[in-house]
Amino acid sequence: MTPPANGSFWMPPAGSSSAADVDLLFHFILWVAVFFFALIVGLMLVFVVRYRRRAGVRAAEAAAHSLALELTWSGVPLVLVVVIFFLGLRGFVAMATPPKDAYRILVEGQKWSWLFTYPNGHVDSELHVPVDTSVELVLTSLDVIHSFYIPAFRLKKDAVPGRYNKLWFRAIAPGEYPVFCAEYCGTGHSDMLTTCIVHPQEEFEAWLQGADPLKRLTDQEYQQYLADPPGFIAAHPDLRGLDTPELMGHRLYTKKGCAQCHSVDGSAGTGPSLKGIFGTQHAMQDGSTVLVEENYLRQSLLDPAARVRAGYQAVMPTYQGRLKEREINALIAYIRSLADSPPAEPAGAAGERR
Amino acid sequence: MNSSCGDNYLSHRHGLAAWLFTLDHKRIGVLYLVSTVAALLLGGIFALLLRTELLTPQRTIMDADTYNRVFTLHGVIMVFLFIIPSTPAALGNFVLPLMLGAKDVAFPRLNLASYYLYVLGAICALVSLAMGGADTGWTFYTPYSTTTDSRVIAVLLGAFILGFSSIFTGLNFIVSIHRLRPPGMTWFRMPLFLWALYATSIIQILATPVLGITLLLLIVERALGIGVFDARLGGDPVLFQHFFWFYSHPAVYIMILPAMGIISEVVAVFSHKHIFGYRFIAYSSIAIAVLGFLVWGHHMFTSGQSGVANAIFSLLTFSVSIPSAIKVFNWLATMYKGSISLGTPMCYALSFIAMFGIGGLTGLFLGALSTDVHLHDTYFVVAHFHYTMMGGTLMAFIGGLHYWWPKITGRMYGERWSRIACALVFAGFNITFFTQFVLGSRGMPRRYFNYLPQFQQYHIISTLGSYLLGAGLVLAAGCLLYALFRGRAAPANPWGGSTLEWHCPSPPPHDNFATQPAVGDPYDLSGLEYDAELGGYVRKAGGQRAA
Repeated sequence: MTPPANGSFWMPPAGSSSAADVDLLFHFILWVAVFFFALIVGLMLVFVVRYRRRAGVRAAEAAAHSLALELTWSGVPLVLVVVIFFLGLRGFVAMATPPKDAYRILVEGQKWSWLFTYPNGHVDSELHVPVDTSVELVLTSLDVIHSFYIPAFRLKKDAVPGRYNKLWFRAIAPGEYPVFCAEYCGTGHSDMLTTCIVHPQEEFEAWLQGADPLKRLTDQEYQQYLADPPGFIAAHPDLRGLDTPELMGHRLYTKKGCAQCHSVDGSAGTGPSLKGIFGTQHAMQDGSTVLVEENYLRQSLLDPAARVRAGYQAVMPTYQGRLKEREINALIAYIRSLADSPPAEPAGAAGERR
Repeated sequence: MNSSCGDNYLSHRHGLAAWLFTLDHKRIGVLYLVSTVAALLLGGIFALLLRTELLTPQRTIMDADTYNRVFTLHGVIMVFLFIIPSTPAALGNFVLPLMLGAKDVAFPRLNLASYYLYVLGAICALVSLAMGGADTGWTFYTPYSTTTDSRVIAVLLGAFILGFSSIFTGLNFIVSIHRLRPPGMTWFRMPLFLWALYATSIIQILATPVLGITLLLLIVERALGIGVFDARLGGDPVLFQHFFWFYSHPAVYIMILPAMGIISEVVAVFSHKHIFGYRFIAYSSIAIAVLGFLVWGHHMFTSGQSGVANAIFSLLTFSVSIPSAIKVFNWLATMYKGSISLGTPMCYALSFIAMFGIGGLTGLFLGALSTDVHLHDTYFVVAHFHYTMMGGTLMAFIGGLHYWWPKITGRMYGERWSRIACALVFAGFNITFFTQFVLGSRGMPRRYFNYLPQFQQYHIISTLGSYLLGAGLVLAAGCLLYALFRGRAAPANPWGGSTLEWHCPSPPPHDNFATQPAVGDPYDLSGLEYDAELGGYVRKAGGQRAA
């Protein structure tokens, strides 16, 4: 799936229904600007050459003011900018008015990842949308101001803590489009990237169905699953997307925004690497020492500032209320699998990270 | 320094104390000049470090936290320590009383106090740097600025103090222009540089207090958690943006108006022709100052402010383009049928017109609502404001420095190398920043430490351009410094200007004028003839003009 190749020298390929209008205005202003720039610099160069200083020749006695000229060069730009203003306003009003039947997705920015909550409660770190469907994004932030930006859609809106901003779009072609944070938010600002994946409509439903298998198990099924994950999965082929706890944890690790700060290859990021961390002892900021096991990992997810490892800052947001018990267990199972003498990396996990 | 002219302000009294405690506007102007150029050098070094880091999509020479601190310091230093004070406080201080035919500004002690506040503010900024620096960007947006653990308070305090320095200078200039104009110099016989400084001063004294209040609120918010801007305590983070831009948008006109004033002087004198449309240029300065107060919301089109507010701010933003266009076309009309010499100041003035043209015209993309949504907070904005602030203000400042250098130092610089420096600056500047328009419209957000590989080729071009730009600026400075020691003595009027500063010797004596100079039309250049023996212009055809 590649985006349509209809960009210009200036603009990336257009992926939303409103992009064409923005591009049209952009190129209209561009030609206005090129015309005036050529006029100004052209006149300047002509005058410099034609009226260059020559020995014994004085400047001509010319009029020092002309009301007609002044009115002309204020009036013509005035008309042009009013036209540009109205075109810009018209496009903006269309972009700011979502259709009533739009599909709504909650977008939460946090340092330094995006979380997308779908109507069925599934939370993802990537934005999945169906093509040719009006989608309304309700934006907020869990910490500082971020700004949600998809260049291909010509869309940008700030995610502000304590308020909800909205934007909407209709993607016009299946494909994958980069999503940026456009408002400076600290160390990982430029890594706060994700992807907007535009699915063909029928594929989107299938994706959403398979996106959140853990939540769909009853308590009884969940106990059966924990007791024998491979057996349970084999016995329930209808539960799309269900995998072993380690693999489910690995998926949550990428989807919930853990990967932005915690590597799994041993390199230190904003937070400690998760590789080989389980079962080891580490010094904390307050001088104490902690053995990394289930209880510490659980506390680090729900109350990250409580015990912060020495050498790192207390910048992690809390996941209290944003992770289900089952998801916490899956994440712990995954981190445990990364221990130095690990059960081998779950099959297929490596290829799954986007 | 210049023995042929006897006593002048440079030789008047010797010793460090005579400079540090001087009340002479010319010496204070020179102190400001040295300080602001030092700030320019520091901010420029930070800029080159940033550009070097951006050569590769990943880490090149520094880590992300260092990068964030460096771009913050680059912004704070360039805005608060260089651009805002450079033209008004350095060149303006030197020239304004001379243009008025006065002995000094209205309040010489306030003038010196303003300089020391500047020094104090600069020290605060440097203390923050020494403690590790702030990482908020020069815009200090909440709640990032209230929650980061970098050294924000010292920088805020520095900017707060610098604000008072700016207010003192503005106040001094307004009173000086009202009270010290000589007999015969009516408002419409004032040089246009003074109109520009007057308009600038109005903004300085009306807008800067808002910045002071805002920065104090931010300090209190950070230190005590009072909850004005913190959503968790019932505050509103976007309110900070309103407060901040209520000052900082007018502040960009503090930066550009004096620059436009310089261009008006230089274009007329180097075209050897009366300025065209004097009243329209003068009024357009005031119009820009007034309209500039009403457009701050265009920095917040994507913040979630109401659609009605967005529409109003967009319309008002476009209104500012009209007085700017008026100025540009009047400068061109001044050149029409002139006798144009391409002295170094004129080269910078022509560069200004072209670069400010691009800066202004790209403002149209950002003032229009639907295109701004795409371009906001991308490199397009970075390129746009560097075209106005650097291609505009810095070009005009350097042009003005070359224009008044003979008056300030009593020495002429070599035209050839100074013009080569101007060409390097022009080429380097455009290579650096034009590519950033392309980066921005293609979707590269600003303040990015890492970036997608597809943008790398443009970043490489931009970085190479910045090295050329740096070399050009160093060469320009080298030429001026060389002239200080080896330049030939400057005549009173090397360019053929008619404003009053050209009526006193170069460098001016301590008291500026022995007798009150006669006041006429400041742009009547008709009687001025070049005297090869003096190397400058003298007024022939009947000596003094009629007032």
